[in-house]
Amino acid sequence: MTRRSWIGWQFTGPFLAVFALVFLAPIGYSAYLSVFRTRLVGGTSFVGLENYTKALSDPQFWEALTRVGLFLLIQVPIMLGLALLVALAIDSGRLYGAGFFRVAIFLPYAVPSVVATLMAGFLYGIRFGLVGSINETFGLSLPDPLGPSWILVTIGNIVTWQYVGYNMLILYSGLKVIDNALYEAAAIDGASEFRIIRAIKLPALRGPLVVAGIFSIVGSFQLFNEPQVLDSLAPNSVTTYFTPNIYAYQLSFAGQQVNYSATIALLMGVSTMIVAYLFQLRTMRGSL
Amino acid sequence: MKKNVTMGVTKKKTKRSTVLTLVTGLMLIYTVLPLVWLVLSATKSQEDLLGTFGLWFGDDFALFQNISDTFTYQDGIFGRWVLNTVFYVVVGAGGATLLAALAGYGLAKFDFRGRRAVFAIVLGGIAVPPTALAVPTFLMFAKMGLTDTPWAVIVPSLVSPFGLYLMWTYSTEAVPNEILESARVDGAGEFRSFFKLALPLLAPGLVTVLLFNLVWTWNSFFMPLIMLKNADLYPLTLGLYSWNRQANTVGGDVVFDLVITGSLLTIIPLTVVFLLLQRYWQSGLAAGSVKQ
Repeated sequence: MTRRSWIGWQFTGPFLAVFALVFLAPIGYSAYLSVFRTRLVGGTSFVGLENYTKALSDPQFWEALTRVGLFLLIQVPIMLGLALLVALAIDSGRLYGAGFFRVAIFLPYAVPSVVATLMAGFLYGIRFGLVGSINETFGLSLPDPLGPSWILVTIGNIVTWQYVGYNMLILYSGLKVIDNALYEAAAIDGASEFRIIRAIKLPALRGPLVVAGIFSIVGSFQLFNEPQVLDSLAPNSVTTYFTPNIYAYQLSFAGQQVNYSATIALLMGVSTMIVAYLFQLRTMRGSL
Repeated sequence: MKKNVTMGVTKKKTKRSTVLTLVTGLMLIYTVLPLVWLVLSATKSQEDLLGTFGLWFGDDFALFQNISDTFTYQDGIFGRWVLNTVFYVVVGAGGATLLAALAGYGLAKFDFRGRRAVFAIVLGGIAVPPTALAVPTFLMFAKMGLTDTPWAVIVPSLVSPFGLYLMWTYSTEAVPNEILESARVDGAGEFRSFFKLALPLLAPGLVTVLLFNLVWTWNSFFMPLIMLKNADLYPLTLGLYSWNRQANTVGGDVVFDLVITGSLLTIIPLTVVFLLLQRYWQSGLAAGSVKQ
């Protein structure tokens, strides 16, 4: 190895060591756990892929997967659509106080999801909170947003609230780098604002939209904090297998089924990494 | 005519629209209203919280009483959580930023064998949230006897693949190879060059990465939840969660007023940091998302 080569490893070494410890080793360790089974009587025995076949035919795991899949299909397009509209509005230069809009809509990103969920729990609570107040004042009986049939919508609302501004900024950054010459050409052609949006802005946003989309997909698959916190405010609405992450957590902590929990976590973690990796291949092409 | 054309494309001269401002204002109300509710609620006593309208002040102005109650309840454990959070953030986010800067710079400035492989492996981690591997990490840390210690929270937060990517981008663009070459000619060591020459040039990027690591660490919940049993080690997020949960246990103390005031106190520091450092996070997002 040349001297320069050795120096490069010295700079990247510390990062790689921790990366190996918290990214690679847990994957390896849960892969190891996932091929065993532990019983109170009989101890630990090698079971091959049995945990995997069990997971694939486990209705609770499928229900959790379906739920986050549904969440992703509905919440992500709504959130990104809103983010896109706001980004276009701010970029159009037609808003009064555009800078204020940008910061104020982004602000919920600085709120921890635990706090955001607690706030939502209090705000939407039917006992006290706005829905309760409205029902009382107007003599209505609006459905309980924290009840079993509305809880997923409420979680979607919380996640949208937290991340709409973040996604708006990603898209807005994409609009900022559009070459001014394109706008000049459009103005010479007498193009309307809508035509400019369709022909110039939206095509330029393809990359940033993919980035925002993948982050949202990954976030949906990993849904945990919001339902976990809501569980204490709405005890009957969140099941022990509400999302795959909650299922893995419950299996480890309440069920003591460590091997099966590792299998579920590994399946979800690795599929998340694959999605992320495909995205990297697509967007990083030609960076090196 | 020509003049009109140029006026049309200079964005600052575009005619402002009241209608568009009002419509976008709906979004503003959506994002800001819950925060207004939080501030108002933090000024209320527990009875007013349950008995008065959410979007206006209660009968008593109890903000200062609430703050003092928050800090004295359960022998002042809230103050302990504040210090824990600050400690996890300083060591975790600070350490993550330093590691990312070293590695990003190393990948940008040294063409060593295995560099592409390192890059490929690490970039796969960018979109993977730390929660994806939380349960496996817990199982492994439990085996190593690391759970229920501060390290169980700090070590996982030390790695930021996104930070590495940003630092790689900044190092490539902001640190000219020429000044590094001339430092080499003068006989300076590579680490000396990094700290004396490169780091000052990387300052804007460093602040951006630090800011994002700060948010992730300050807001993290899943990792502390599974790693920590001892309430003296909790960060603020986990502490507030445990206070809120008390209402569900038989004979538990209902302290919603403290949960709300504590929530407000928790979000103030990050909000202030974000408002003060706008320039940095906005440029950081641009670098992270647009580069293709």
